[in-house]
Amino acid sequence: MKKITCEACQHLNPEGTVLCESCGKPLEEDQYIDGNNKTKLLNMRYEGSSRRSQTYNKSIVDQIWNFFSSVKVGVTLIVITLIASAAGTIFPQRMYIPPTASPATYYEDTYGILGQIYYQLGFHELYSSWWYMILIALIGISIIIASIDRVVPLYRALKHQKPVRHKSFISRQRLHSKTEDVSKEDKELLIKGLKKQRYKVTEDNGHVLAEKGRFSRWGPYVNHCGLIIFLLGALLRFVPFMYIDDFVWVREGETKVIPETHSKYYIENKEFIMETYGDSEEDARFEQALADKGPVAKNFQTNAVIYENSETTIGAEPKLEKVLEDSIRVNHPLKLEGISLYQTSYQLNEFKSMSFIIHETDDQEEEELASFTVDLADPAREYNLDNGFRVTIDQYFADYYLDNGIPRSQSDHPKNPAFVFSVYPPNSDDPEVSFAGIGRNVDATGQNEYKVGLQNFEIRDVTGLTVRRDYTLPILIIGGIIFMIGVVQGMYWQHRRVWIHPTENGVWLAGHTNKNYFGLKKDIEKAIDGTTIQMVVDQAEENKKE
Amino acid sequence: MSKVEQARQKKSKKKMKRFFFRSIILIVLLAALVFALVSNLTKDKAAIGVGDEAPSFQLKQINNDGQPLHLDELKGKGIMLNFWATFCKPCEQEMPYMESLYPKYKEQGVEIVAVSVDFTELVIEQFVERHNLTFPILHDNTEQVRDLYNVGPLPTTYFINAEGEVVELVSGQLTLEDLEGYLQQIVPKE
Repeated sequence: MKKITCEACQHLNPEGTVLCESCGKPLEEDQYIDGNNKTKLLNMRYEGSSRRSQTYNKSIVDQIWNFFSSVKVGVTLIVITLIASAAGTIFPQRMYIPPTASPATYYEDTYGILGQIYYQLGFHELYSSWWYMILIALIGISIIIASIDRVVPLYRALKHQKPVRHKSFISRQRLHSKTEDVSKEDKELLIKGLKKQRYKVTEDNGHVLAEKGRFSRWGPYVNHCGLIIFLLGALLRFVPFMYIDDFVWVREGETKVIPETHSKYYIENKEFIMETYGDSEEDARFEQALADKGPVAKNFQTNAVIYENSETTIGAEPKLEKVLEDSIRVNHPLKLEGISLYQTSYQLNEFKSMSFIIHETDDQEEEELASFTVDLADPAREYNLDNGFRVTIDQYFADYYLDNGIPRSQSDHPKNPAFVFSVYPPNSDDPEVSFAGIGRNVDATGQNEYKVGLQNFEIRDVTGLTVRRDYTLPILIIGGIIFMIGVVQGMYWQHRRVWIHPTENGVWLAGHTNKNYFGLKKDIEKAIDGTTIQMVVDQAEENKKE
Repeated sequence: MSKVEQARQKKSKKKMKRFFFRSIILIVLLAALVFALVSNLTKDKAAIGVGDEAPSFQLKQINNDGQPLHLDELKGKGIMLNFWATFCKPCEQEMPYMESLYPKYKEQGVEIVAVSVDFTELVIEQFVERHNLTFPILHDNTEQVRDLYNVGPLPTTYFINAEGEVVELVSGQLTLEDLEGYLQQIVPKE
């Protein structure tokens, strides 16, 4: 490796060093790296240590490494990602458009030509697109490599600091003063003053380095470690063992397989409860507010029973054994072998069964001749009734709608049940056809002798449960905490240094900090109080004035 | 060994070390990137995909006297496994195609099995009668099998060869030509 010899102290520095590792004198041939040759003040970035990425560019591995090591590249990636993220919010993402709508037509119909372009560019699923993922991953890679590339030389430079610094290093610091005549006592008073303010003082042959808050320099790297752990946690969400996110609807009284358990566990919904404020006596104090605002939900709860299935053939009649019975409330999930069931949704008043009566069409009193009840979970094909009546269900629409004049069902949820009945009067094989549903009763021929009328119905609630396993959460939390520690470390502490350089009879003073020069100036002011030593001048401010 | 040579050796050793260190870090990061991309692309796909073995199950038949049908009973035959529901329009549209090709391919050793995920049995029975379907229609009323195959949108059709391996997976409606092409792929070889 090419070495550079410092003209002042003869120290051998690695190629790319900007300020001599030993005495801090700017090394002439490398001043271009940090642009030092153009200014009076020194650029103290990374302590002027040699950053390999700035000098080595030989193999392809080095070139890739140096590309990611560049802060410019990192910032560019972040800016591109920010712009892309913003673009994803112009129109709603795929998951926020109505679930029944086709994205191919929805965006164009709702937002016009811009919506169509948005859809065709794939922006409707932007955050899970391959290129967005690559952008995030590249930022992660850039953070890791840039950190490795900087933290090592910075650590070395700070560890090997020497109190003896070259005059040009001292005089080119932002805070600097020269005092011609200083007594020994005053010098000691200054050192004492610094020590009193918890500066760590090292001395070498009359040269003094006082520093404090060095650990704040590691803040950004601690912060990056937290980010990397966070990204790792997010990455692990792709592993099913670590992360499951599914959903199941269960009607009251229904027993259903819990998704993602390979048919091992079943859940029965005993009862779904929705309570609102005002139901209990103690809520009387809210009376006025409730009268103004209308009902406010207080509790959503599913009383559930969990069964274990010992039947191994999937699809065969399950052999269920009760495992536990518990309630599931919002934020109080039911936990079961690594998965949690959360109360996340509900539907009130789904039809469970409907009762009909048969009466004579022209009977104003609608006197009941026969009645029957249809269980909407398992409607029968035929009902044999009192007085010799017989009814068959010819067609059943759970969720009735008219599709170009043809009756159809939109789904298999009994939201709007409708039937085509054939009514066989006593001793007759000649059926009368009628169509009956909620608020509908149509006579197919207009000549029916008997009419089927809806008499009553039963309803039940449906609970919506999220099936979730998330072992990545602790990793995300740890990453987040480390991230915050790094931020605090770098934000609320500063690395302050004061150099005392003895001259023949006096001292040269220099100060440097990574932020908050005002604080450092205050420290120096306090330390030199009562001595003849000159207060430091802020050369950056002087330059501005000129 | 002279000092110069020693220094040179030390230097080349250091260079090698750095090269390996950087290469390893870059490879690890690249692997993480590839993992994230592949996982992201496959996360919405059905659990059982092309090349996988079709998992076995047993369900009640709606037609053919209501006998339970176990997928293992069809070993050695090509199987077209269709997930559908009565309220799903594209499912209804492709049913006549399946019925029209069924006799021809049954002779060649291909069985068509249609699994309905409807809530009630009556609607399936009446659907079968209305369309005169003769191939086995199964009812997955607990959605166990749908969960097993992790079927999302309807219809979804698996074409399984005589060895029990999924050779095609089609999400969405089939045309008559497509259907015939896929069925030919799963005709058992004599």
